[in-house]
Amino acid sequence: MVKEKAVKSQAVQFKTSEKRSIWSHLPEIIATCAAWSAALVVTGVFVWILADVVRHGIGAISWTFLTAAPRNAGREGGIGPIIVSTILILAVCMAVSVPLGVGTAVLLSEYTSPASRFGRFVRRSLDVLAGVPSIVFGLFGNAVFCIYLGLGFSILSGGLTLSCMVLPILIRATEEGFRSVPNDYRMSAAALGMSRTSTLLQLLLPAAVPGVIVGLVLGIGRALAETAALIFTSGYVDRMPGSLADSGRSLSVHIFDLSMNVAGGDRHAYASALVLIMILVATNAIASWTANRWLGKRILTA
Amino acid sequence: MSHSRTDAVLVGTLRACALLTGTLVLFIVLFLLVESAPALRQVGVARFVSDTAWRPSGGAQRGQFNLLPMIVATTLATAGALFLATPLGIGSAVFAHFYAPRGLGRLFGKIIELLAGIPSVVYGLWGLVVLAPLVASWQPPGTSLLSAILVLTIMITPTIALVAGATFDNLPRSYLQAAAALGLSRWRTVGGVILPAARSGLFTAVLLGSGRAIGETMAVLMVAGNVVQTPHSLFQPVRTLTANIALEMAYAMGDHRAALFDSGLVLMAMIALLVGIAEVLSKGRIYG
Repeated sequence: MVKEKAVKSQAVQFKTSEKRSIWSHLPEIIATCAAWSAALVVTGVFVWILADVVRHGIGAISWTFLTAAPRNAGREGGIGPIIVSTILILAVCMAVSVPLGVGTAVLLSEYTSPASRFGRFVRRSLDVLAGVPSIVFGLFGNAVFCIYLGLGFSILSGGLTLSCMVLPILIRATEEGFRSVPNDYRMSAAALGMSRTSTLLQLLLPAAVPGVIVGLVLGIGRALAETAALIFTSGYVDRMPGSLADSGRSLSVHIFDLSMNVAGGDRHAYASALVLIMILVATNAIASWTANRWLGKRILTA
Repeated sequence: MSHSRTDAVLVGTLRACALLTGTLVLFIVLFLLVESAPALRQVGVARFVSDTAWRPSGGAQRGQFNLLPMIVATTLATAGALFLATPLGIGSAVFAHFYAPRGLGRLFGKIIELLAGIPSVVYGLWGLVVLAPLVASWQPPGTSLLSAILVLTIMITPTIALVAGATFDNLPRSYLQAAAALGLSRWRTVGGVILPAARSGLFTAVLLGSGRAIGETMAVLMVAGNVVQTPHSLFQPVRTLTANIALEMAYAMGDHRAALFDSGLVLMAMIALLVGIAEVLSKGRIYG
């Protein structure tokens, strides 16, 4: 009797599920379609933009383009001095931000407990710093470095402004690097009676180098992509810079100027954009290779 | 020198580094305040919203300092971009994690990372040369609020997708295993288990995207048309706060310059508001 009932109810259940099958599958189908179409749209736009940049830019790129000076406001000639200025700005930026960033990261990860007031304060203000719009960094750099410190529109001002901007990225990645060093290292060093200084320099720093490299490369990526913070700090001059006190135009500012202010500059704007993207892809590849190889972690580039 | 001496020097140096980087934000706000003080004092806060137009070159007496149309433009462009990019970004992350075949998902992840790394000026160039003429062929003049919204959407979608993806990665595996053990279908797993569990992370992703949209300068400057007005339709040109600073900083003097630093302060206030919202809602670091 009981058995019969069970069989019966099973049959009923089976029946209803068959009846509802189309309707119950509907959300499933809609969700699958939505996920695939979101991905399709994103991929489509990506291919569209990239194909456009490559198609318009590849024809203009040659060795002469990479080394010659721009002529006729950039419509002709090349981007030689602009590449040099870009590299100099990057060098200034990294020379300032790497020691500061690594120092802060070491303090935060090794010598401050996460709960301490000072550590919390530094972390929170770095979080805010990471969200400050780049044009505000431009205003700040213009007021402080160009005018207050009297550096004028120069590669030095531009580099210093960018170094403020990349600090949060650098610090986060470096901290990650120190965090991935096993705690045994610290315990063993303490057991051997090593000083904190030599523990840091001999043991922890070498082990955390991959994190520093990742941070460095991510910082370079951010600095290379930046335009707004540089217009009023390193300036527009497209001649070969003679010293760090000269104004120098970065690659991104060059693209902006060619497309907005120079009629007929689109071709070289695209070519410069292609060069910039290729440099960025190369740096990103180095970063993710380093991260995967040594840290075994993925670090967000956003 | 004894161990403790060198150690003290080391920790002192590190503390100095951290103090400098930690107070940098305060320095930025301080300098913005100092530089914008003349305008705040002589023009007054009220006139930044009550003046009839933005004609700042006449000085404090004859100039007009209404920032409101630009604040509206920034807000509208950000809201529009969020409206489009939130479903796209979260959808992309869901696709890469739960719907795509393994190889395709990884490839798609790489594409998202590349999109996130493309400089904003390149998006602006593309928007100016390709997108704006396309919009113009439908509704002239092309450089408009709509173009700005579309370019911003393309820029913040990868940001949202990356942060959402990281959130999915960090969910406990047991959630997925439990869902599988219950025999839940794919959509029931995603919609009923994953998305609710990842809610605060997804919110952070959206806030991060809106921060990027508010702060974006070059791409918007290149496609928005830059007419100072409160837009009545999607097809009218607008000028955002950031674009205004970039356009006028080159020749601004006196009160005009101070007024631009003021708009920098407004931008900082918007970002601070976002961080505050994130603190309250997710109890997490949104830019961490």
